[in-house]
This record gives sequence, C-alpha cells and structure tokens, in this order.
Amino acid sequence: MIDVLYFAWVRERIGLPKERVETEAATVADLVEELVAREARYAAAFADISALRVALDQELAEFDAPLAGVREVAFFPPMTGG
Amino acid sequence: MAVRVQAAPFDPGTELARFAGDRTDVGAQVSFTGLVRDDGGLRHMEIEHYPGMTEKAIAAIEAEAVRRWDLKASLVIHRYGRLAPGERIMMVATAAGHRADAFAAAEFLMDYLKSRAPFWKREVTADGAAWVAAKDADEDALSRW
Repeated sequence: MIDVLYFAWVRERIGLPKERVETEAATVADLVEELVAREARYAAAFADISALRVALDQELAEFDAPLAGVREVAFFPPMTGG
Repeated sequence: MAVRVQAAPFDPGTELARFAGDRTDVGAQVSFTGLVRDDGGLRHMEIEHYPGMTEKAIAAIEAEAVRRWDLKASLVIHRYGRLAPGERIMMVATAAGHRADAFAAAEFLMDYLKSRAPFWKREVTADGAAWVAAKDADEDALSRW
C-alpha cells in the first residue's frame, strides 16, 4: 500500500487530495500507467507527464525512480512559491 | 536558521529585529519581502502547499545556503491560504559578517523557493480562478548557482 497525494490542478482533475493505492508497480511511471488505466479523470490529470513533478517520501524524484520501500508518492505541477 | 510555514500574517520589522538574536558578529542583514501583486482584477490569491515536504524542502535549501556562504543566521517565512492584494506572502532574511554573503544567500534562497519549495498559487479574479503557471525564467534562474 502506498499513499498517493495530489496537489493543485492535479488534485482538482482527479477530484481528491489523497488515496491509498494497492500496487505492485516497480517505478513511478508504472504507477502512473496503472492510475491512467483506472478512469478518465486520471488520464486527464496525467495526460502530459512533462507538465508534472513527483515526490517520493517528500523528496523530488524522477518518473523512472523505483518505488521499492516508498510509503508516500505525490504528484503536482511545477511549484510556484516565493 | 529558521523556517516558518504559516497561514497567519507576519511583521517583517519585528522578524528582522530578532532573527539574528543577540549576535554581535553580524555586520550585514538583507531581507526580501514578497507581496500579493494585483496586475488588474485580482480578488485574492490562494496558496496551497504540501505540509511536511514544504518545511523539509525549505530547510534543505537553507542548509545549502549555509554551506555556500558564511551566514550567521537566516530566516524563511512563507504563508499559505487565502491572501488579499497587497498582503505579504513571504520573506527571507540573511545575516552575515559582510554584505556580499548576505545579498548572495538571500537571492539564492529566493531563486530556490520559487521553484523548489512545494507551493502552488491560484489567482481568483472576477472571471474565475486560475493556477499560476511556473515561469521558464524561474527555472533558468537556478542555473546561475
């Protein structure tokens, strides 16, 4: 089980801020593929992966990063702080 | 080195007066304050963040600044939630022996907070609401460090 979090317009498109996902996905990209296959709202949120960022256990990561041992995955658009 | 992520307003003068404590080896303090800018029609801004990661990411950016420059103290305050035009969003302050370190570290902190701290701004106008898009210039700014 992995906690998957969504922020900003990713959260709006998927329609929820957080969910627990049962997955055997080896990498972030594999997890995205599983989510996209679920429902249209996931496909809409993940339509352009280059417009998204991912964090694994609250550290920025790449989409080809392995998920082994990871407890929390977060998807969000490029950050706009400051 | 301090990080505060909060919904409440803050007073830059008060913060600046106390962030370096009673140290007497500080010869220079630099501060930057970011405000909600209304370019026309803005009702308010909403700032979302990633509790937990936000604090960690800012602390890591601060630690990197301390590694690169001879800082005696630093402070980052960043607000989230609903903010009206003119309200203060965030501030950074740096204290160093000399001004070059204080200026450079403050700019570094600002550049990294823009695109490496998990905040997302949403602008609400009479026409509706829209997420603020990240600027290429903000990403490019990191390459100078």
